[in-house]
Amino acid sequence: MATAHVDIHAHAHTHDAHGHGHDEHHDHHEQSFLEKYIFSQDHKVIAKQFLITGLLWAFIGGGMSGLFRLQLGFPDADLSILKPLLGGWLTDKGKIDQEFYLALVTMHGTIMVFFVLTAGLSGTFSNFLIPLQVGARDMASGFLNMLSYWFFFISSVLMFTSIFISTGPASGGWVIYPPLSALPQAMSGSGTGMTLWLLSMAIFIVSSLLGSINYITTVINLRTIGMSFTKMPLTIWAFFITAVIGVLSFPVLFSAALLLLFDRHFGTSFYLSEIYIGGEALSNVGGSPVLFQHLFWFLGHPEVYIVLLPALGMTSEIIATNSRKPIFGYKAMIGSMLGIAFLSFIVWAHHMFMSGMNPFLGSVFMFLTLIIAVPSAVKAFNYITTLWRGNIVFTPAMLFSIGLVSLFISGGVTGIHLGNSALDIQLHDTYFVVAHFHLVMGAASFFGMMAGVYHWFPKMFGRMMDEKMGYIHFWVTFVGVYLVFFPMHYIGIAGFPRRYYSWTNFDAFNIPAFVDLNMFISIAAFLTLAGQLVFGFNFFYSMFRGRLAPANPWNSNTLEWTTPRFPGHGNWEGDIPTVYRWPYDYSKPGSKTDFIPQHIPLSQTPESNNEHDEHDLKLEKELV
Amino acid sequence: MTSLLFITGGILFIVALAMVYRILLLVQVARGDDGTKNKVGISNAINGFLFIVFFLAGFAGIAWYSGSAAEHFLPEAASEHGKITDKLFWITTAVVFAVFFLTHIVLFFAPFKYRYQENRKAFWYPHNNKLEVIWTIIPAIVLTILVVSGWKVWSDVMSPAPKENRVEIEIMGKQFNWQVRYAGADNVIGKYDFRKIDATNSFGMDFNDKNNFDDFTPNEIHMPKGKNVLLKIRARDVLHSVFMPHFRVKMDAVPGMPTSFWFVPTTTTAEMREKLRAEGKPNADKFDYEMACTEVCGQSHFAMRMKIVVDTPEEYAKWLESQKSWYSLNKEYVDKLKLDGKEKLSANNN
Repeated sequence: MATAHVDIHAHAHTHDAHGHGHDEHHDHHEQSFLEKYIFSQDHKVIAKQFLITGLLWAFIGGGMSGLFRLQLGFPDADLSILKPLLGGWLTDKGKIDQEFYLALVTMHGTIMVFFVLTAGLSGTFSNFLIPLQVGARDMASGFLNMLSYWFFFISSVLMFTSIFISTGPASGGWVIYPPLSALPQAMSGSGTGMTLWLLSMAIFIVSSLLGSINYITTVINLRTIGMSFTKMPLTIWAFFITAVIGVLSFPVLFSAALLLLFDRHFGTSFYLSEIYIGGEALSNVGGSPVLFQHLFWFLGHPEVYIVLLPALGMTSEIIATNSRKPIFGYKAMIGSMLGIAFLSFIVWAHHMFMSGMNPFLGSVFMFLTLIIAVPSAVKAFNYITTLWRGNIVFTPAMLFSIGLVSLFISGGVTGIHLGNSALDIQLHDTYFVVAHFHLVMGAASFFGMMAGVYHWFPKMFGRMMDEKMGYIHFWVTFVGVYLVFFPMHYIGIAGFPRRYYSWTNFDAFNIPAFVDLNMFISIAAFLTLAGQLVFGFNFFYSMFRGRLAPANPWNSNTLEWTTPRFPGHGNWEGDIPTVYRWPYDYSKPGSKTDFIPQHIPLSQTPESNNEHDEHDLKLEKELV
Repeated sequence: MTSLLFITGGILFIVALAMVYRILLLVQVARGDDGTKNKVGISNAINGFLFIVFFLAGFAGIAWYSGSAAEHFLPEAASEHGKITDKLFWITTAVVFAVFFLTHIVLFFAPFKYRYQENRKAFWYPHNNKLEVIWTIIPAIVLTILVVSGWKVWSDVMSPAPKENRVEIEIMGKQFNWQVRYAGADNVIGKYDFRKIDATNSFGMDFNDKNNFDDFTPNEIHMPKGKNVLLKIRARDVLHSVFMPHFRVKMDAVPGMPTSFWFVPTTTTAEMREKLRAEGKPNADKFDYEMACTEVCGQSHFAMRMKIVVDTPEEYAKWLESQKSWYSLNKEYVDKLKLDGKEKLSANNN
């Protein structure tokens, strides 16, 4: 392998033939601390800002799940010990307040979906990897990129503030269905907390759009010489498609939120009609709560893929690298991502089978929904085939990627139940749904995020994370996630509804065996959450004191590993490398090494070229 | 004070861990292991092996627990369509479990089998169009079968309620309980207007409509076995959702947009108790059908319970007769209302 390292460097230096015009990367004036770390326009710094903010949110959102799991697993426990943390949200008997329980559930969902898995995952890795992997000095607009982070930051501050106000944060579920979310009379969380939620989300959407537009522009315009779309790593394909989905769907959520603000504060009736609450009949007529659901899920469903596709993209990259094999079916992977992206826009109403909408619509959306299972299945099969007959190195990133594939399958297959409207009659809003989306969307994406962190940490911070701690983190999390979410299927089949503070009011749900099971789930959740502390320690410790990273620690083919250990603003010191081949030349027959990076010309590797490389060889001659 | 102690303790604990870790790392460095000598160490085999362990333990756990959990699931569906959807559910479950199991055999055994070995090279296998076509088409066919059978069931369940043999029940959700209203002798549920709701008239019954005079509002739902029961569902404040788990019935209650669901109950409460007793279930004699709320509606969302009783048609007829109309219980209230053409109405109802 050592020889390959030398080759890479020799090559990088000999290749300044085709000048890029703006070579000498940017002016060399000393950047102040503020410019370098706070209001930075360097995509790598912005990525780290997204990552660290996202991780902090992950600990808050995860901690909240710990609190409501206390209530669900130990409904009779006296939690007075948490008084310093929860204050007035504990009743005199030391139990979690009923509305605060709903607030916890709501904030957990909002934080995890938007702040952790959208901003923390896609924001981090799209920012970090797009310029590095397509061979660009930075994003198309560093300034918009900076704004994207700072809008996210403001949005975070607003949401964080809402947790501490006396009426509590938004509590109507992360889907904030009106009229509950529109009427402060309906619950205290629908007061100022809801206003802050809406403002925060509106600003979040601005952040997301600024980011996405940047990602799309960069991928289309700033690819280095030779980096055609068919030579792009699947990570970039995934980020690109994700950004397109985001640009097309987030504005719809923005409009939904805006109309809700109007209903709440300016007396309109978009979502309100024929309501009697708090002892009076409201004057609103003619609105429809179902309209909100349509608008919400028009984002809400694509959002699932906004969260999942980047994770799948990174997994493709990591599995190929560590199996020392090309990803199986590169084009099929792109095709299935495009298919998923397209279909994601026309399946939204499967969240609304029982909302009272026309059953005919239910039939249409059932057909469309189950089509989406086909490209998803193709992806899963392709991952597995990539592992088959590989030469697998289990880095922590690889473990998390294999874990992702497992969770993607186990959570995905129950989508076949839920997408079937006839079955959804019984399963809708039960724990079966909770199990389904936590596995396929929550845990799978989280695993993708963790895989990404472990894999690209050396590039982000120039240092290695500790592998052993990574292994422990993985196994605790992997086993833990299954122990938490798999049993929820049983509870769901038994009909237990979601967002219930307690089930003891119903004979049907007051089953001792499932009380025990809930306790079991809670304990598993606590252990899994505790396991994340290992990661937290490893992450922050290695950032400053970890071992210095080699240039290409995983012997990977993509361009980011051709940059210096601590790349400055501009990424490459000399020219941006030219790309001659796809990123998956791992264990190519005839090659001396088990990887050939993208910037190695085919003419240098005659021993491993095959008949498919003829076309690229011709192109290469034209280039040189 | 306590929290301060906790925080200090926590910080000290983390610092101690960091020190221990640092020392271990330095020992490793002193031994001359710079972490790059070998591409993989023993942990590679261990990690690969753990996937197999996880597979075996996981599926053993599922097999063991599924058996014991099944007896706590809801009893057999007490409605005609519920029996069909249940069957479809278990067929779907069997299919997806097979997929889950088979893919995981490969996914969890391949890592160990193909773990890194210095002298081996991975198999160059970038694509195989035939294989990909196969695993596009097979899921497509299986899904088509499942979708079409699901669609047929869905269309039947959601078809308009038959006119004959029909019993109509109005269900209204409010924070935080259900209220129900029956048509009374005239078999027509009276009109309502949300502006007429007040503390007494919680349904907003409009007594300009004479059909309201014989309507009654019991505290529990009764329905006759074997009849077409049509639920007319509405909400008066926020979203609620009617959920009758034993009948596999669910439908949102939406303010301003009445919804409905019809079904045929097949098992009376007494028959169900008998059945459960035969199965040796505890508390079989106290069994009751229940209705819950499944759309989050606020603080006491989890407590919106209403009892449901399924009678034989004869028992149901008797129960109907025993019910007093809402009007008869609230005469004073209605008489005070300023109704259009009141004389006429009262004359008709005397």
